[in-house]
Amino acid sequence: MGVGIEVRNLKAWYGSSEALHSVNMSIAANQATALIGPSGCGKSTFVRCLNRMHETIPGTKVDGTVMIGQTDIYANGTPAVEVRRRVGMVFQKPNPFPTMSIYDNVAAGLKLNGFRNRHRLDEIVEKSLKQAALWEEVKDSLKKKSGASLSGGQQQRLCIARALAVEPEVLLMDEPASALDPISTGKIEELIDELKVNYTIVIVTHNMQQAARVAGFTGFFLLGTMVEFDKTEKIFTNPSDKRTEDYITGRFG
Amino acid sequence: MASNAVAPRILEPISWTRKLSNNLLTLFAVGSSILVIVPLFAIFAYLVMKGVGSINWAFLTQAPKPVGEPGGGMGNAIVGSGIILALASLIGIPLGIGAGIYLSEYGHNWLGNAVRFTADVLNGIPSIVVGISVYGLVVITQKHFSAVAGGVALGIMMIPTVSRATEEMLLLVPRTIREAAWGLGVSQWRATLSVTLKTASAGVITGVMLAFARAAGETAPLLFTAFGNQFWSFNVNQPTAALPIQIFAYAISPFDEWHKQAWAGALVLILLIVAAVTAVRVVTSRGMMKGAS
Repeated sequence: MGVGIEVRNLKAWYGSSEALHSVNMSIAANQATALIGPSGCGKSTFVRCLNRMHETIPGTKVDGTVMIGQTDIYANGTPAVEVRRRVGMVFQKPNPFPTMSIYDNVAAGLKLNGFRNRHRLDEIVEKSLKQAALWEEVKDSLKKKSGASLSGGQQQRLCIARALAVEPEVLLMDEPASALDPISTGKIEELIDELKVNYTIVIVTHNMQQAARVAGFTGFFLLGTMVEFDKTEKIFTNPSDKRTEDYITGRFG
Repeated sequence: MASNAVAPRILEPISWTRKLSNNLLTLFAVGSSILVIVPLFAIFAYLVMKGVGSINWAFLTQAPKPVGEPGGGMGNAIVGSGIILALASLIGIPLGIGAGIYLSEYGHNWLGNAVRFTADVLNGIPSIVVGISVYGLVVITQKHFSAVAGGVALGIMMIPTVSRATEEMLLLVPRTIREAAWGLGVSQWRATLSVTLKTASAGVITGVMLAFARAAGETAPLLFTAFGNQFWSFNVNQPTAALPIQIFAYAISPFDEWHKQAWAGALVLILLIVAAVTAVRVVTSRGMMKGAS
């Protein structure tokens, strides 16, 4: 099951430039939450702070509190590796491991963490690929084909299956469909709809229709601050902030 | 042509001088590549011509006979080279790959720069200097020549090539692949070994094979370390025969029979290097997936 996320006074830096200015947000469990905003507004930085991926870039810094369920992920003694097992991530560009088969790609998170039960692995790989709506297309070439030999849309669903296989509670998606054609995008969106039953999903997107289609809640970011966060309906029909209205009506950004 | 109908153009139509210079450059490029291959094949053909007549079962399996006695071979030198190269690989490959991983994944600091600079200098040091240094460090301390000393000398020579190749190849792996592994909660050392290094493995292996082939043909560092041996020796603490030393000794000897054996030894050395490189390629490509880069 998914868990809620509480973000308090989150600030993030690249070197000396502050990319996020005190963001506060409560993300509901088992919901899809969309983050929109112009390029460079900090929405990607924000999701990368939710699984401690931001700090992997040299010279970066984070300050503030992020609670994933009951865990303060930036508390002393919380290992980043453990946080990332609970908070999965799907990236903008599909990034399957090129030297691994489809099977090994999905099993990677478990295998590389020392999970060796082959029978269970088989089950989990099948289940994850089914959840990612890829099973039917790849079931005959699981161990024969490289993950890199699939089409772009299939690769992205493979990456989703790979993230699901470690059974996270939260799934972060950083513009997961921006490199895909409309058909593949449609599949990913259907998938998000099904997955939110079991996971909390945070999706960054440039596509406002996409946000409106998949997300129950939407946050609008601008220049490193979160301008408005509300039910998606409210954001797109009756935003409280003038800047949100300007953005969604295409007057800037 | 329809294009003639377009009235104003910024660029003039392609002139005959441009076509000519284009063709000349192509010709130059093709010619250069052929000239690059020619010496390699010339050397190989000459070796086969001179050496193939002396290669037989006895040559491959027997130790040298005393001067004047016919027959004998370089079997001990082939085995000796194998022992010394195995020791060298044991030292050079892990250290080189380890240093390469450090340089690419962590080494963007003063220590990394120092290691990088040192490796480049080490790469440029004449091999005879490495030999004499290992003579001072290992042979004098041990009080005798040995295969171990030869292995240390060749291993040192392998390190810079392997480490810089590893670094370059790891840097070619996109950051997104590393992030994919970290995002699954895989620890950094595991991600580096099982994902980043594995993704770069084809290039790393090429670097390792280059270093190996170069070490296999080195003579100078072995003169003061492994020393050479006219007899069989499987003891790594004893002076050990090696193909390059044997070839050198036979080539400068005054005997016709030994000259022929030197040619044969050179041919065998090249064939063994080609065989080793091919074998490693075949074995390592078996584990790779189709469509992998």
